[in-house]
Amino acid sequence: MTPSTRIRNFSIIAHIDHGKSTLADRLLEMTGAIPAREMREQMLDSMDIERERGITIKAQAVRLPYTGRDGEEYILNLIDTPGHVDFSYEVSRSLAACEGALLLADAVQGVQAQTLANAYMAIGAGLEVIPALNKIDLAAADPERVAGELAAVLGGDPSEVRAVSAKTGEGVADLLEEIVARVPPPQGNPDAPLRALVFDSYFDSYRGVVCYVRVVDGVLTAGTRLKSMATGENHEASEVGVLTPSAQPVASLGPGEVGYLITGIKEIRRIKVGDTITTSSGAATSPLPGYAEPKPMVYSGLFPTDGDDFERLREALERLRLNDASLHYEPETSRALGFGFRCGFLGLLHMDIVRERLEREYGLDLVATAPSVAFRVNLTTGEQVEVRSPQDLPEPTARASIEEPYVRVMVIAPSEFLGTVMDLAQTRRGEGGSFHYLGPERVEMTYQLPLSEVVFDFFDQLKSRSRGYASLDYEPSGYRVSDLVRVDILLNAIPVDAFSAIVHRDEANAYGKAMVEKLRELIPRQLFDVPIQAATGGRVVARETVKAKRKDVLAKCYGGDITRKKKLLERQKEGKKRMKMVGSVEVPQEAFVAALKIESRK
Amino acid sequence: MTAALAPDSAALADAAHAWSTAYVHVPFCARVCPYCDFAVSVGSDHLAGRFVDAVVAEIEAAPAWPALDAVYLGGGTPSRLSAEQAARILRALRSRPGLAADAQVSLEANPEDWIPAHSAALRSAGFNRVSLGAQSFDDDVLRRLGRVHSAEDTRRAVAASRIAGYASVNLDLIFGTAGETLESWRATLEEALLLQPDHVSCYALTVELGTRLGREVAAGAAAPDPDLQADMYELAVELLGAAGMVRYEVSNWARPGHECRYNLAVWAGAEYLAFGPAAHRHVGGIRSRNLRRLSDYLEEVEAGRSPARGDEHLDGWGAEVERVFLGLRRTAGVEAGRAGLALAGSAEGRRLLDAGVLAVEGERLVVRRPLLTDAAERALLSLPPADR
Repeated sequence: MTPSTRIRNFSIIAHIDHGKSTLADRLLEMTGAIPAREMREQMLDSMDIERERGITIKAQAVRLPYTGRDGEEYILNLIDTPGHVDFSYEVSRSLAACEGALLLADAVQGVQAQTLANAYMAIGAGLEVIPALNKIDLAAADPERVAGELAAVLGGDPSEVRAVSAKTGEGVADLLEEIVARVPPPQGNPDAPLRALVFDSYFDSYRGVVCYVRVVDGVLTAGTRLKSMATGENHEASEVGVLTPSAQPVASLGPGEVGYLITGIKEIRRIKVGDTITTSSGAATSPLPGYAEPKPMVYSGLFPTDGDDFERLREALERLRLNDASLHYEPETSRALGFGFRCGFLGLLHMDIVRERLEREYGLDLVATAPSVAFRVNLTTGEQVEVRSPQDLPEPTARASIEEPYVRVMVIAPSEFLGTVMDLAQTRRGEGGSFHYLGPERVEMTYQLPLSEVVFDFFDQLKSRSRGYASLDYEPSGYRVSDLVRVDILLNAIPVDAFSAIVHRDEANAYGKAMVEKLRELIPRQLFDVPIQAATGGRVVARETVKAKRKDVLAKCYGGDITRKKKLLERQKEGKKRMKMVGSVEVPQEAFVAALKIESRK
Repeated sequence: MTAALAPDSAALADAAHAWSTAYVHVPFCARVCPYCDFAVSVGSDHLAGRFVDAVVAEIEAAPAWPALDAVYLGGGTPSRLSAEQAARILRALRSRPGLAADAQVSLEANPEDWIPAHSAALRSAGFNRVSLGAQSFDDDVLRRLGRVHSAEDTRRAVAASRIAGYASVNLDLIFGTAGETLESWRATLEEALLLQPDHVSCYALTVELGTRLGREVAAGAAAPDPDLQADMYELAVELLGAAGMVRYEVSNWARPGHECRYNLAVWAGAEYLAFGPAAHRHVGGIRSRNLRRLSDYLEEVEAGRSPARGDEHLDGWGAEVERVFLGLRRTAGVEAGRAGLALAGSAEGRRLLDAGVLAVEGERLVVRRPLLTDAAERALLSLPPADR
């Protein structure tokens, strides 16, 4: 055990692409945690998808031994945090495991929405925040301006803002000293009952669930019986260790220490992120604060293209849930798509990642329906029901009103885009807009917006309309009654539940028209004419027809080359695999998310 | 072999399975047509002598084989061979495996090559069927197809064939070229019928990858309109049928007794010999192909090695699927058998039956809407193997 006076626990918080992973790499290298020759880029991002997308999904913790300029040996625990708004709960748990945070801002781009959101979160968590500028090696860097913005956010002096280049290593040595000097050592009572915060966990197919823990009070000792305070379950600490960053078992972890815990549990839901671990005997009486169930923000139906794969999909979701406690799913039956699952996600990125992992790691061929938020429907009986799928919307006669979730959206943009952003917010039913200047040229805007208007392409629109300069963050702000209707899509005169959407009444016609036009483009010609209609409340608002296919034959099959023609048809056949039979109509998978791409409101 | 059967009869289609046939690929061309993706060799006419030597060597090394009911010289442009060169190939085949007395001996010819003297010399060498690459009777369309002959050249070539005494004359036609209208196509069909061909092949222009046309279309040139091609095909069905010609395969029409026997044998799943670069054979249950490049082919044969590559051995379910796959292209369809029944019983098969694409006639499975043949073929190839 390391005396807590020699421990510093900190996170790096930053807007996406501001260089957090690169700085982490440099810290690992400069403290000697990883020899330079073993460095891979973005050492902490271990999942393939993370590496490919350049984002951090799962927080990780790494122990950095550091000899300070005062000659003392320190242990710096770097707790990595996800950088995307979808994963803000995980960020908050990681921050709860720290005493300090490095607030990193790109010296070119300046303070962005997530910089601000993360800074507020760190300040709210009572952390010592050390502001730093990154990418000062770039020609376009404007350290003075950005230091001023950071100082304004934190209420400090611009001269206190550290300037580094994670890429070249410039300034990083001083930053390490600053961490030792400014991040308070953890406080904790080694003699008190054990309380350890689970701030992340993942599933290892050999070891079962591996929890990342921060010991707050007491001592976590290998071999003891432990108790999860959220679930009340008991299990044994079969291994306790630290990450250097490779796993090194230790006998115990004392107050302030950060490491991992393996209990032999195979299901990640049995020890959840935010949970407090204590000992079975002599248990702590109150858990650490802040535990919350992660709440899905968007829902989408996942269906196997081949109905026979339903069981495989169930197994794959079960496996994925082993290392993603925020993934929710329940069986769903669609008349059009058969048996599948209604899945809840933290956001669209989370949804994309899950779908991609199901297809890539489990070899499944899936149809994903257009994402939907969860509506609350007040029935005429006075009851309230939650509707996560348009097909579950009660009949109009049974409904008194529909409420939809709203979010408080924060946008930071150069002031020249103020008008553009306001326009966008207004076309998306934004209300209660306010703004204030962060500096002479940068403005922070807040709006109340329906979540359904934000989750789809709001960010893309914001980026393109601000030429990439605007940044976005949002948080739930409750439910409000809205005038919503369901738009049904009929294929060959049969309503296809998977295409239904709940939209604002004023947008229903435009949405229906855009949807049928998109489907006419996407649905290939069949053996017969396929009418496509959009209807609200039984009234058809738009109609298109996919004309029957007339010619589907290769002219020549001679010269004796049978093999080639067969191969050609085999290749075409592979293309057809990504089609789903809906009634008697073959529908390509991408048609089911067409709603994401239509531009009905422009 | 009997000539009394109708071209689209099941009896003829199935009898072809027992025929002995051979294919010879002659790669020489004066130029590459922009749409063609066959193995051709431009500017190598000086290699024709070596080519014929190599083919003869291959023939002499061929396995024991029954006397041939049909020989087919395809290309490329077989009519670019001199009469003596073509005759040498036929002589080699005649000595072994031998030619049946009533063998159908075909070659493909370009109208511009088919001058009376050449036509007559090849007839004397033993050829009795000629397939003329007429393509169109609209000179604008011919130019767009990159052809150097005119409609008039085709008329002269047909006359030369008749005078020389060919028993069967085929006209190859292509429809759906950019700029070709339905009316222009009608005129082409009518002109073709005026020449009273014994056989007509109508091919929809297909954009193949790796051809000049393919590159042009990829770069934004107009691709053939499938709906217009469907109209054109239906017009061909109407006009050729009215003229007494019988459609016996997706793209082939014949008067009784004038079917292309080599093709019938291929579609019946028969085995066949093959010689020349890129030629495909089916011998001893194995499909294989010769080296595609003329120079590679010559080098291999001249070194005394076999130019054959890429054995594909099919048995069990694979062979059964292939039988139906090939047979479905014929108007007579195919005896359903295991694969045909599996197709008819599958979900996709039922949709094809409902849409009138497929039909079950007694023991046979037939394609009733030939323009959608590939929809049925893909469904067939998608069937799960039934013999595991």
